[in-house]
Amino acid sequence: MRHGIGFWLQLGFTLLVSAFLMVPIGMSILAGFTENYFRGPSSGLTTRWIVEVWERYGDNIFLSLGIAASCLVVTILIGVPAAYVLAKRQSRLSRMFEELIILPVAIPGLATALALVMLYGTFGGFRSSWTFVLVGHVLYTLPFMVRSVLAVLSSIDLRTLEEGAASLGAGFWTRFWTIVLPNAGSGILAGSLMVTTLSIGEFNLTLLLTTPFTQTIPVGLAVAYTNARLELGSAYTVLFFAMIIPLLVAMQIWGNPSRTSTKRKRRALEKVVSP
Amino acid sequence: MIRKMDSSPIRLRNCSKTYGDGTIAVGPVDIEIAAGETVVILGPSGCGKTTTLRMMAGLEMPDPGGHVLFGADDVTRLPIEKRNVGMVFQSYALFPNLDVLENIAYGLRVRGIGLAERSARAREMMGMMRLEPFAERRIDQLSGGQKQRVALARALAIQPRALLLDEALTALDAKLRDTLRTEIDVLLRRLGITTVYVTHDQEEAMSLGDRIIVMDRGKIVQIGSPREIYHRPGCRFVAEFVGTMNRLPGEVRDGQFVTKSGRIPCRHLDPDCREVMFRPESVTIADPAECDLTGRVAATFFLGDRTRLVVDGIGDQPVIVESESAGEFVVDQIVHLKVRSAAVHAF
Repeated sequence: MRHGIGFWLQLGFTLLVSAFLMVPIGMSILAGFTENYFRGPSSGLTTRWIVEVWERYGDNIFLSLGIAASCLVVTILIGVPAAYVLAKRQSRLSRMFEELIILPVAIPGLATALALVMLYGTFGGFRSSWTFVLVGHVLYTLPFMVRSVLAVLSSIDLRTLEEGAASLGAGFWTRFWTIVLPNAGSGILAGSLMVTTLSIGEFNLTLLLTTPFTQTIPVGLAVAYTNARLELGSAYTVLFFAMIIPLLVAMQIWGNPSRTSTKRKRRALEKVVSP
Repeated sequence: MIRKMDSSPIRLRNCSKTYGDGTIAVGPVDIEIAAGETVVILGPSGCGKTTTLRMMAGLEMPDPGGHVLFGADDVTRLPIEKRNVGMVFQSYALFPNLDVLENIAYGLRVRGIGLAERSARAREMMGMMRLEPFAERRIDQLSGGQKQRVALARALAIQPRALLLDEALTALDAKLRDTLRTEIDVLLRRLGITTVYVTHDQEEAMSLGDRIIVMDRGKIVQIGSPREIYHRPGCRFVAEFVGTMNRLPGEVRDGQFVTKSGRIPCRHLDPDCREVMFRPESVTIADPAECDLTGRVAATFFLGDRTRLVVDGIGDQPVIVESESAGEFVVDQIVHLKVRSAAVHAF
């Protein structure tokens, strides 16, 4: 196939934009594996920075993972029931609540963090524990869980499904476990991936909430870049990528509820056509 | 294998429903449905028919003072999940997370019946509804008619005391609706289950119901067999809502109803009557000598077994005539009509 000049111009532009985004990432990764960044790769490649980061900041990684996991549990426990109630009751009050929980995303993380510090700063034990960071993360990520579950629940006729189940003898909890939750599944999955990713990468809000003993990965990364060698900071970035990229890929594959449902529909269609 | 079901009579006593904002959906109604009877609640949208059905189902609680009885049991306070009714919804309400077999077995699973027994009973239902090939299909892989058959099988699998259908066939296309209607009718009669069927489609009501309850603006306006409702409408609303009705203005003089284009001999009319109504099939094409009315053909529709004529120049509105005569009619032809006087209604 022959392409005109327009095609090559477009391809060139696309590659240029990609390069603009990818080259810094590539440089960072390269720096993480280089003996001496200022002398370039000719100084030799090494994994010693990675090892050093692991030794120095390994705790941050486990803390971040722990906070992300706890954050996920809490947002599921609060967010799924909240989305269920919002989907069932379409009143002005519920719309207001829906907007209200978006606030921590809309206002700068720094402001939210300051408010938390002002309110709870004097509760010494709480202030210095990781649960203080967790509170900030839950505030920030909750709307993402609620929104994805709500989107799925709004796309099915939840009320009639529940009435159908009730007519067959199912009480509230049976309906919730056997009908509501399974049908909200794709939304919960999408929300979970989103919440985990956001929690691991959150910096704005977390910066003020952490103490030197409760540093998460992004905060540790900032500290590494400011206080230590560039190679060490870059190696830190490499580790961060290794954790976050699989999550992002998973999010692309399973995370978009509308896409999974069209895919299911397409599969269904294929089956109908050729049983 | 089809067993007769053990079903209840249903009684609504003084049941009304007022919503939070003060709108009265249903005025106080009293309805008695015998065990095994099929009753259709018919009415235009917003007439309160669905609310009435939902009160029977337990999805709406009647206003204080109203009672819902299943046989001798007062179930007014029981929520739907304790009433053991089978319900079929217009939108099917099938569970997308379960396959066909699991949908049908859901009610049995909720009742704690073991996997083997509930599968066997669900398969029996699928046999009855000719759904066997679809057992493992997901809901989104079914056609509309198949979905509605699954919904029906699911409702019947729990051996309900009554079957309640809310506009169950409305979402289907006309031909499928006809087939499924016949199928449901045969099935319900074999099962002998108390059935309440809500619809706005008068044809559906005519063909399914042992009795029809016609509702308008929250009130019952007539209860009767399909024939009664059609041939002896109790009020103007029923006359106009069910089937086609011609309206003719005029006045009563010497035992005749005099219109601008002729007179109909009618002894039973009230002297103050200013308008009469009659059905298209109560009119025949007659000789000029013995005709009641004369008009001009505005349009003709050949329907196979009969011809429908739209005749102008008789009243304010064209008169619809259904003629079984084999003769051909042309537009602008002058026709002479005779109205069967016993079939003339006035309100």
